[in-house]
Amino acid sequence: MAEQIYQPIPPDDPRYEGKTPLLVKGNEAIVKGAILAGCRCFFGYPITPASEIAETAARDFPAVGGTFLQAESETASINMLYGAAAAGVRAMTASSGPGISLMQEGLSYLAGAELPCVIADIMRGGPGLGNIAPEQGDYNQVVKIGGHGNYRNPVYAPSSGQEMCDLTMRAFETAFEYRTPVFVIADGFTGQMMEPVVFPDPLPKPPEPDWACRADAETRENLISSIFLEPDDLEEHNRKLQEKYRRIEENEALYQVFHVDDAKIVAVAFGIVSRVVRSAVELAREKGIPVGLVRPVTLWPFPKKTLEALAKQAERFVVFELSNGQMLEDVRLAIHDSRPVDFHGRMGGNVPSTEECLDVIERVAREGGVL
Amino acid sequence: MSAPVYEPYLRKPKTFYEQYERKSGDPTVTHYCPGCGHGELHKMIAEAIEDLEIADRTVFISPVGCSVFAYYYFDTGNVQAAHGRAPAVGTGVQRARPHSIVISYQGDGDLAAIGLNEILQAANRGEHMAVFFVNNAIYGMTGGQMAPTTLPGMHTTTSPGGRDPRKAGNPLRLCELISQLDAPVYVARGALSGPKHILRTRKLVRKALQAQVERRGFTFVEVLSACPTGWGMNPPDAHKWILEKMAEFFPLEVFVDKTDSEPEPFEIPEEPPAEKLHELLRISTAGQVTFSPSQPVEPKYANPRIKVAGFGGQGVLLLGLGLAQCGMMEGRKVSWLPSYGPEMRGGTAHCHVNVSDHEIGSPLISRPTVVVAMNQPSLEKFEPQLVEGGLLIVNTSMVPKEPSRSDLDVLKIPASDMAKELGNPRAANMIILGAYAAYTGMIGKETALASLNTLIKRKHLVDLNRKAIELGWEFGTKARG
Ligand SMILES: Cc1ncc(C[n+]2csc(CCOP(=O)(O)OP(=O)(O)O)c2C)c(N)n1
Ligand code: SF4
Repeated sequence: MAEQIYQPIPPDDPRYEGKTPLLVKGNEAIVKGAILAGCRCFFGYPITPASEIAETAARDFPAVGGTFLQAESETASINMLYGAAAAGVRAMTASSGPGISLMQEGLSYLAGAELPCVIADIMRGGPGLGNIAPEQGDYNQVVKIGGHGNYRNPVYAPSSGQEMCDLTMRAFETAFEYRTPVFVIADGFTGQMMEPVVFPDPLPKPPEPDWACRADAETRENLISSIFLEPDDLEEHNRKLQEKYRRIEENEALYQVFHVDDAKIVAVAFGIVSRVVRSAVELAREKGIPVGLVRPVTLWPFPKKTLEALAKQAERFVVFELSNGQMLEDVRLAIHDSRPVDFHGRMGGNVPSTEECLDVIERVAREGGVL
Repeated sequence: MSAPVYEPYLRKPKTFYEQYERKSGDPTVTHYCPGCGHGELHKMIAEAIEDLEIADRTVFISPVGCSVFAYYYFDTGNVQAAHGRAPAVGTGVQRARPHSIVISYQGDGDLAAIGLNEILQAANRGEHMAVFFVNNAIYGMTGGQMAPTTLPGMHTTTSPGGRDPRKAGNPLRLCELISQLDAPVYVARGALSGPKHILRTRKLVRKALQAQVERRGFTFVEVLSACPTGWGMNPPDAHKWILEKMAEFFPLEVFVDKTDSEPEPFEIPEEPPAEKLHELLRISTAGQVTFSPSQPVEPKYANPRIKVAGFGGQGVLLLGLGLAQCGMMEGRKVSWLPSYGPEMRGGTAHCHVNVSDHEIGSPLISRPTVVVAMNQPSLEKFEPQLVEGGLLIVNTSMVPKEPSRSDLDVLKIPASDMAKELGNPRAANMIILGAYAAYTGMIGKETALASLNTLIKRKHLVDLNRKAIELGWEFGTKARG
């Protein structure tokens, strides 16, 4: 398998049949999606703009016979998640920048012990306390990894209410397929926004994992741990992890493209920004500018082959982010710096308007002689 | 030195592995130093697990510290936790598998320093777990640094002049701290020095686990334990020191024992059938009505990008939601984005609503085609953003000033006054919804009325809002001419 184009609802998917859309907040869609994917434990600590996730979870998890627990801190949340995941139960937490920072030690342990679970990060402005407005400044700590050691974790970046549900469901499947923590990362807008969402049938109940500590005779001999005292053993464990990450990179990268076929300029943006830029690309096309858009749907694995291939036809790239250019580095790496890469970043909670992005595209086209 | 005197009391329990296969090196000896208290306590716990016949459903949480490798020895489910977080990890295991017996085993650095919050919170929640706390007054694993339990004046590698309570505080007494909380059902401190204490501590351990079997709640047993290596003493001196010095500071008592009272009921929730999930999550759409898109819409009103703005409390967000809800019910693409973050300052609220026949790109609206100004500041702020010839809806009851642009399509409606006449000024938003629907043809009347079932949570208000929509519809139809 290679990098794949993401289709929001596959037209032939019977799980969505006969259902009509509901207008819900992105943050709520995450919770419903998680439960439909079999998640039965939620541990979390309140933080804007992710709090609706905990609030919705506090109603929904007990309603389906699951657990909701407000932890004393994000440090505790991530370790409760570790415990529930070790017990082989589908579990999740949700937070925003400062809370994700606190979780980093736990994330490393989860990766080291190969425990599947889902973490939703509804990003806000930083650094420090920053503010509660939308940003994408957690890219580095989530996608490039903020904890210690040689690990990675898959990251899904939804940009609509429907995707908040669908990609959360998918995150659980990926987590259990590869035994890894998986992130769903969105900005404050995508969390707060209401859009029509069609909720599918629940996933079939997965079999009980045989590696977990399920507190029964069958799994009594199991051990969940990330310690390998001997250098050779730890190296072997690390090599096994790297092999798993290679498989994930090969099979799990998702992206969307708009108007890239004849594009001389390729814009790259994810999450909410990809929607703003898509509108700008449409306006630019009306003006005759040959621009297209690549939207990574997974941030790790990053759709690097798709970008690499586009570098053969495109003359310039331009990256739009709500940060100081954290994904920018991945784009430059993917195309091996073979083309100039412009960057337009907003920070502090400011989101660029369509017109602002159009201006940037026009400038890039002018300066690059593409017009 | 002769062999420790307590040897005969301890047989090797079956839930203690015969050979330590997980350990490198000699699989017949533990990794602990001679005379270390960890091994003795391990055996007591294993013995109780065996006698209570709970090994199959026990999950043992190993901490970070010398007992990080406790899983070498216990023939139970084993989970190794991060430094200080065993009670949180145990909470996760227990909540995920409510039938499990969870044992959290921790040292004093792990539990009383880095993990103090986790242990207090788990105790306070009354988590169903037995915590065994090894107090050896020092950090063993990292080579003998000061612990929160290090006695005043005691020399460690990080208190080379002896612990100075004026700078490093006094030792923390955990049993005393935890027994202040309401939830714990059993809190006790024992020692492992000499047969009398060994026998007593064995009972404490058993009681803590028995209470788990009986589903009583949180139990906590602290054990004063020798660290001959960290203390630089031989084992007999170490035991002497424990009884003479440590026990003086950390009294060997039972602090809480509620194990005779009736336990709280312990229920394991049932998993509902998959077919019921949508209903339980309140996302069932069975029987939901849909409408075909309202027709015809004048091209200038099609695919509107709407900004609704006013004071907080004017129902601005709900009006926006109504526009989105109606659009969705007619099968169009919609998005609704509330003012949020830095935009929210100044007591005004606004929202961005897109209704479109096409996939919606940016949900953010910088150049609206429709602006609803519920008050004067909103008019001032958003009128300039309107596209040329855009639709400006003004709540004239609250907006004394005239719009300043002459290119706009203006619908003036005294919505607040009309709502007051209806009996509730807060219905102004739904009057505007009705007027917009009729004026532009973007929303059918039936749709607008039906949307109230979703929009209005308090059912006794549905009727008022119906009237408001009808009134607005009439107004909009007349204005359209
Ligand atoms: C986050 C973190 N900080 C520091 C350490 C290093 N560390 C390992 S064990 C330990 C102290 C353990 O002491 P204690 O809990 O008293 O257990 P003992 O070894 O005495 O049984 C420390 C500080 C670590 N593993 N993780
Ligand atoms: S250092 Fe102390 S606590 Fe650690 S094994 Fe040795 S005696 Fe036991």
